[in-house]
Amino acid sequence: MSSDTTTLTGSTGREVGVNKVPIWRRRKAAANYIALLPYVFFALFPFYIMGITSIKTDEEINNLGQSPFWATGIATEHYVYLANNTSFFNHWFVNTLIVTVAVTIISVSIGTLAAYALARLRFRGVEVFGVAVFITYLIPQTLLFIPLIDVINTIDEVVPIRDTYWSLILTYPTFLIPFVTWLLMGYFKTIPVEVEECAYLDGCSRLGALIRVVLPMAIPGIMCAILFSITLSWNELLYSLVFIQNETAKTISVGVITELIRGDIYYWGSLMAACFIGALPIIMIYGFFMDYFTSGLTAGAIK
Amino acid sequence: MAEIQLRDLWKYYDDVAAVRGINLDIEHNEFIALVGPSGCGKTTTLRMIAGLEDITAGDISVGDRIVNEVAPKDRDIAMVFQNYALYPHMSVFQNMSFGLKLRKTAKEEIERRVNLAAEILNIEELLERRPKQLSGGQRQRVAMGRAIVRDPQVFLFDEPLSNLDAKLRVQMRTEIKKIHQRVKTTVVYVTHDQVEAMTLADRIVVMNEGVIEQVGSPEEMYDAPETLFVAAFIGSPSMNFIPCRVEANNGGLSVRLSDDLTFPVPGDRNDRYGSCVGKEMLFGIRPEHITDKRPHTDPTHHDFTSDVIVLEPMGIDTMVFINIGETEITTRSRPRAVSQVGETMDFTIDMAHMHLIDPETEKVL
Ligand SMILES: Nc1ncnc2c1ncn2[C@@H]1O[C@H](COP(=O)(O)OP(=O)(O)OP(=O)(O)O)[C@@H](O)[C@H]1O
Ligand SMILES: [Mg+2]
Repeated sequence: MSSDTTTLTGSTGREVGVNKVPIWRRRKAAANYIALLPYVFFALFPFYIMGITSIKTDEEINNLGQSPFWATGIATEHYVYLANNTSFFNHWFVNTLIVTVAVTIISVSIGTLAAYALARLRFRGVEVFGVAVFITYLIPQTLLFIPLIDVINTIDEVVPIRDTYWSLILTYPTFLIPFVTWLLMGYFKTIPVEVEECAYLDGCSRLGALIRVVLPMAIPGIMCAILFSITLSWNELLYSLVFIQNETAKTISVGVITELIRGDIYYWGSLMAACFIGALPIIMIYGFFMDYFTSGLTAGAIK
Repeated sequence: MAEIQLRDLWKYYDDVAAVRGINLDIEHNEFIALVGPSGCGKTTTLRMIAGLEDITAGDISVGDRIVNEVAPKDRDIAMVFQNYALYPHMSVFQNMSFGLKLRKTAKEEIERRVNLAAEILNIEELLERRPKQLSGGQRQRVAMGRAIVRDPQVFLFDEPLSNLDAKLRVQMRTEIKKIHQRVKTTVVYVTHDQVEAMTLADRIVVMNEGVIEQVGSPEEMYDAPETLFVAAFIGSPSMNFIPCRVEANNGGLSVRLSDDLTFPVPGDRNDRYGSCVGKEMLFGIRPEHITDKRPHTDPTHHDFTSDVIVLEPMGIDTMVFINIGETEITTRSRPRAVSQVGETMDFTIDMAHMHLIDPETEKVL
């Protein structure tokens, strides 16, 4: 068999290193990558169209005679428009950033504590409580926003939060805390209890053991929770749309569709430029933390 | 000083009784081995001593104080778990010094103690490694080191060797014995390997279904078991049990093991077994007390002949399986005195080591 394959590969088969990696292994790797190609294409195509459209001039975009898949030059006019004529950079982007960071901190810290309690403590009704958290998570946002309007209005009578990002910082955790709790509950259950018990015998209180032993061991799970939380808050649309009308208080997702689409006129160039910039931070975060992300995902999923 | 006392200790998990009213006094610096079959409540007992499990009823005292309500961190107890439970995110040094650091021990003192423990355990070169870079045996040593450096009042071990291969297990067993001789502390050692218990312990506690069957030195447990369970559990290969009838004949007693096999009971036991005459009992004898035929003058030694069914050479001795009545039993002979399978062979039985067990109460008489 092996001599067959050697003759088949011909002269290239003689190159250095080729003999070290068995041919079947190389074939398998090649097959894997080829199998991935359609998916990669599928996933990156919208992003590509976004980028390429944002650097075309309006004339080029509207010229139906030209292929939409590539640009003839690089035009910065849409980015300049975003900067000068909209609140994209000085308000929307900043608002989204503030909301995302605040909401992630709130949701992950509360969710972590809740998840630990549900995974480890044996109090009466712990299972019912766990299921209740899950059900909360299942209630669709599209139903929840109606009573939440009432909640926001009531609070607004005391502290003005309507039409500010505070209303979002208050409402996003309603779906993020159950999500983080549920995700981390599974993760905490995979951490051996004995390690924690060892910490008690070594002289830790429960909180001490949580901080010094359990949390460091749960880092992949927590990274995963942070990433999901960031992504979900960054992309959130519904609450943001409902609770904020003031242009300078908007987040990117809402700002883009309310200010760059007027009636049936789509400002395609600026729209694509805004989406492109809006998507960048998420892509960068995933790029940096991919390793944590995947290990967290599988470890949480097994149990 | 750290004696441990368990008083009427009960543990229920919901409606499962894991420990049913045990009483035990463990002396200062004593090495106690807790043995018993799977699920008999050994781990549960140990965890209650450590404070990791609530007590349903009864008292535990360590030193002079009752610790029922004392948190694990304040009990000054160290425990080595079966799966070692090392902190994966810390180096070996950090693993070992964690407890001392929490107790605000001075830095030089920490270093001194960790280095001393590392030296005892022979893991000095591993101090900078992470647990995942260690072999099973090394992890086991680190887990012990973590307990040693704390110099606790009590050491608890929960089957610390059961994850190791046979050879390493024997090696670590010796190691643990040496360490205990060097670092004197009260030790409670859970195992279901009775050889480990016999070799390590000052006293052995045999548990069964949540109760203590018997407590005693390894020799006592081996020579004078009090119940059928202990007789069967201690010793490897285990004791033979043969249904028998006690008969009286001209002033003495004898046990009838089968239609054509009876042996006289040693004369000093006539009073003990007097009430059993005519009853169906269980006769117990260890394999090493039925040997190939040897010259003897002792009145408790008797000869008989039987067919060899199976041979199991063990090196120094050979296990010979024979039938007595309906029962297959194990005997122990010198390899060169053994016949072939299917042939007959002469044996000598030493009745001085016999046990008589009442099958109703399962007590040894
Ligand atoms: N957390 C628990 N919840 C319910 N029942 C339990 C729990 N832990 C132990 N048990 C039960 O208590 C009994 C004693 O268990 P324990 O772990 O003490 O046994 P063990 O002697 O250590 O056995 P092994 O040699 O297998 O480790 C068993 O019947 C077990 O099923
Ligand atoms: Mg156990």
